[in-house]
Amino acid sequence: MKFGVVVFPGSNCDEDCFYVLQSVLKQPTVYLWHQERDLKKVDCVVLPGGFSYGDYLRTGAVARFSPIMQSIIDFAGKGGLVIGICNGFQILLEAGLLPGAMIRNTSLRFLCRYVTLRVDNAGTAFTNRCHPGQVIRLPIAHNEGNYFADGETLDRLRRHKQIVLRYCEPDGQVTADANPNGSMDNIAGLVNETGNVFGLMPHPERSAEMLLGSADGRLIFESIVSAYASK
Amino acid sequence: MPASKTKSKNGAAKLDALLKAHNLTQQEYEWIKQKLGREPNITELGIFSVMWSEHCAYCSSRPLLKLLPTTGTKILVKAGEENAGVVDLGNGLAVAFKVESHNHPSADEPHAGAATGVGGIIRDIFTMGARPIALLNSLRFGSLDAPRVRFLLNGVVRGIADYGNCMGIPTVAGEVAFDPCYTENPLVNVMCIGIVKPSQLAKARSKGVGNPVMYVGSRTGRDGMGGASFASREITVASNEDRPAVQLGDPFTEKCLLEATLEALATGDVVGIQDMGAAGLTCSTSETASRGGCGVDFDVAKVPQRETKMTPYEILLSESQERMLLIVKAGKEERVRQIFAKWDLQATVIGKVTDDGLMRVREQGKVVAEIPVKALTDEAPVYQRPVEMPPTLRELQTLDLKHVPEPRDYNDVLVRLLASPTIADKGWIYHQYDHMVRTNTAALPGRADAAVLRLKGTRRCLATAIDGNGTYTLLDPYLGGQLAVAEAARNVACTGAVPLAVTNCLNFGNPQDPHVMWQFKRAVEGIASACRALHTPVTGGNVSFYNESPQGAVDPTPVIGMIGLIEDSSSLVTTAFKADGDAILLLGETKDELGATEYLKVIHDLKRGRPPLIDLEREAAVQRVVISAARQGWLHSAHDGSEGGLAVAMAESCLADPDRMFGARITEEAVYPARLRRTRRLDTQLFGESASRIIVSCAPSAVTRLTALAQRSGVPCTRLGTVGGKRCAIGSWIDLPLAVLSEAWRTSIPQAMETR
Repeated sequence: MKFGVVVFPGSNCDEDCFYVLQSVLKQPTVYLWHQERDLKKVDCVVLPGGFSYGDYLRTGAVARFSPIMQSIIDFAGKGGLVIGICNGFQILLEAGLLPGAMIRNTSLRFLCRYVTLRVDNAGTAFTNRCHPGQVIRLPIAHNEGNYFADGETLDRLRRHKQIVLRYCEPDGQVTADANPNGSMDNIAGLVNETGNVFGLMPHPERSAEMLLGSADGRLIFESIVSAYASK
Repeated sequence: MPASKTKSKNGAAKLDALLKAHNLTQQEYEWIKQKLGREPNITELGIFSVMWSEHCAYCSSRPLLKLLPTTGTKILVKAGEENAGVVDLGNGLAVAFKVESHNHPSADEPHAGAATGVGGIIRDIFTMGARPIALLNSLRFGSLDAPRVRFLLNGVVRGIADYGNCMGIPTVAGEVAFDPCYTENPLVNVMCIGIVKPSQLAKARSKGVGNPVMYVGSRTGRDGMGGASFASREITVASNEDRPAVQLGDPFTEKCLLEATLEALATGDVVGIQDMGAAGLTCSTSETASRGGCGVDFDVAKVPQRETKMTPYEILLSESQERMLLIVKAGKEERVRQIFAKWDLQATVIGKVTDDGLMRVREQGKVVAEIPVKALTDEAPVYQRPVEMPPTLRELQTLDLKHVPEPRDYNDVLVRLLASPTIADKGWIYHQYDHMVRTNTAALPGRADAAVLRLKGTRRCLATAIDGNGTYTLLDPYLGGQLAVAEAARNVACTGAVPLAVTNCLNFGNPQDPHVMWQFKRAVEGIASACRALHTPVTGGNVSFYNESPQGAVDPTPVIGMIGLIEDSSSLVTTAFKADGDAILLLGETKDELGATEYLKVIHDLKRGRPPLIDLEREAAVQRVVISAARQGWLHSAHDGSEGGLAVAMAESCLADPDRMFGARITEEAVYPARLRRTRRLDTQLFGESASRIIVSCAPSAVTRLTALAQRSGVPCTRLGTVGGKRCAIGSWIDLPLAVLSEAWRTSIPQAMETR
């Protein structure tokens, strides 16, 4: 399975994603430059974290207009697997590949720390290696991770089981205390209706080796590989 | 070049005013005339003023900095040779690292000042051809009771976070201390570490007559005009009017500049490179020419400008951020230009390398300044400043314990110490920094005595810490210097790493004050002695003088940044206790020392006495024991005893992992042996800050081996007690639930910052 990691000016988790995919998961991986249109025949596109275009205007707002994004939108439309992490999630929202928007953390501060997350849908291409309700530990690092959507959208997300990851207590309870940024419904990650586009605020690439404090992030990438293999 | 003749009285007054505005003395003006063989014009006067400033020329400090040991088998680039020192790590890897201050800009504009401080030190590292992998910082503020101090802390932390986070360089470690002496003049020292292959090291020098000189990055504006000379003055009420001297940073541009620069350096087309930091275009052109033994000829009209009608003077002295100077192989300009264009950055040829040793500046072809580059660099004035021990010091060093009442409630003392901002948990600060990006952070902030970064593709880890203690240095500058080096090395050793080398940032008052200069001299001597004894040469650093306000000078604060190496990541040791039943041991010994402690400051409102003495041989031995035990895999935790002494260190090992806190019980006899009870006080045993002590925990089965190892090394080793339970208890004097200690330690800074 071949992965493509998109590089925007200001991306800063591109090398981290590349490293995990190539050196930890041993999957062929290439970089995709923002000004190109060629997706180099990849099977999964990764939109990494960072500050694409300096996050000027709004997080992800400029990146969505780059040439590569047009190709990615087409790719996703045909059922291609796309995962957006942190700033990548924000870009997916701006590009309309996922519903809703991100606003600033309620603390109005950047927050970098480990959180615990409940896997509410273990049936997706991105979480099939988890069991339903499993609690995983991943780090977050963002200024704008406060997910917002109107009531109708939230209803639809719930109905279609699109809410995949929610901030929770270590025992799995979803509480206000466990919510690090004010996100509606404690939402940390969601998929589109067709289940091939996934956005999440936590960083699985930062927690794919025990030396870094958690290897739970591997579950996300291994799920993708296994979903692709069983296709 | 006609210079206005200033013969009349009116003229003399004008010249005086001009010199004052440029922070130059009459004597220095005479020297400038000698160097030029004529009077300087205003542009040249501006150039001299920034290049001869304390900030750029190290006028007062240079003779003393020569005392520092700078050589070692692993040193690839020595202090002063380039923008940063470089140490060989083996396996085809080297590390470039340096610390720098941005104190004055941060006092004026905390957010912009701290942010551009981060930007500047990062550029110093990537101009070496190194990929920056980590940031650290050392911060000093006044008391958090003052609203202005909270404003400063908030702004500085945000500034560091906004810049470092956007750059994608993790801020992995730091230290923050609070003392009223820093109220008006906070200290903001930032350190950056980069990794480079020795074969790809870049040089900050011009080479090859006729080679083009290129300007890359952001356009030049009027911001940060004369920042170098601003940094070389005391802070006054009028400093608020200096605001245009504080630069504005744009981390997104710098991120692009970083990627483009590393890409350009990898082509081999760049023969020399220097960032435009202090004194901007002036410093980068003259220093690269001086190091390369050549001259430079460039035209300011070709410099990309973002404001109109800028004069040569303004263009030369601007400290606009995110700019670089490149000396490129002739004929390769276009290739270099294309790399920068890919990252949406301008790269423009502004001049060329010459062989006449002159810095010749033109405007539209017409020469507006012409100065021998050596006059600006190597020949800048050096002052043997007079030194004199402050007459008040002897009295301050006396400590009569008769006037220090012994506490009645030791529980209360421990809780108050843990809640004092200098000791309290710094999570409120470091959670605002992205400390995990680049996926190398093997020990998170607060979890080990030093940050630990794995080196991808190897089994090794780099450990790094930054330390300094202004109170110690005030009360004995020689000891303050020694103790800063020793603690930084000890922190690195506590993770299992062998300390390798040092960078330093020396924050002092006005060097024209003989008392300040004496403090500086003694501190440098102390640093030098400790660096020699611990085999950690100094690879570079920064001197920041004039840290004064109308309230006086800050406490002299030398800050030491240390790097070390762990051979195998599996032997990494962290601070927190790990298992019930583990034995707790003390390596080193507690002496009858209570002077200069945090305990005296917080509990008794006393800043006096002598700091702990240090035996550097003992220090080295203690570190060897802990490193060796870590390699054997015997240690479950290691933590050095510093501010707050043994009791605080014990509590910190109980609390360090918020998800898995462990209690501990220390026996009465271990901490306060009967034989000492006639001569020594209990508060000294619990809160004294004797150096060269490390608290370790290990499985009971490892105790014998560890004790034997310590004995062979001549290091005292005492069994203190046992890990377990949900309380921290020391003899019959302290017994508190972990929840109470945790609450005091973790909520102190957030409460001060968020609830007022």
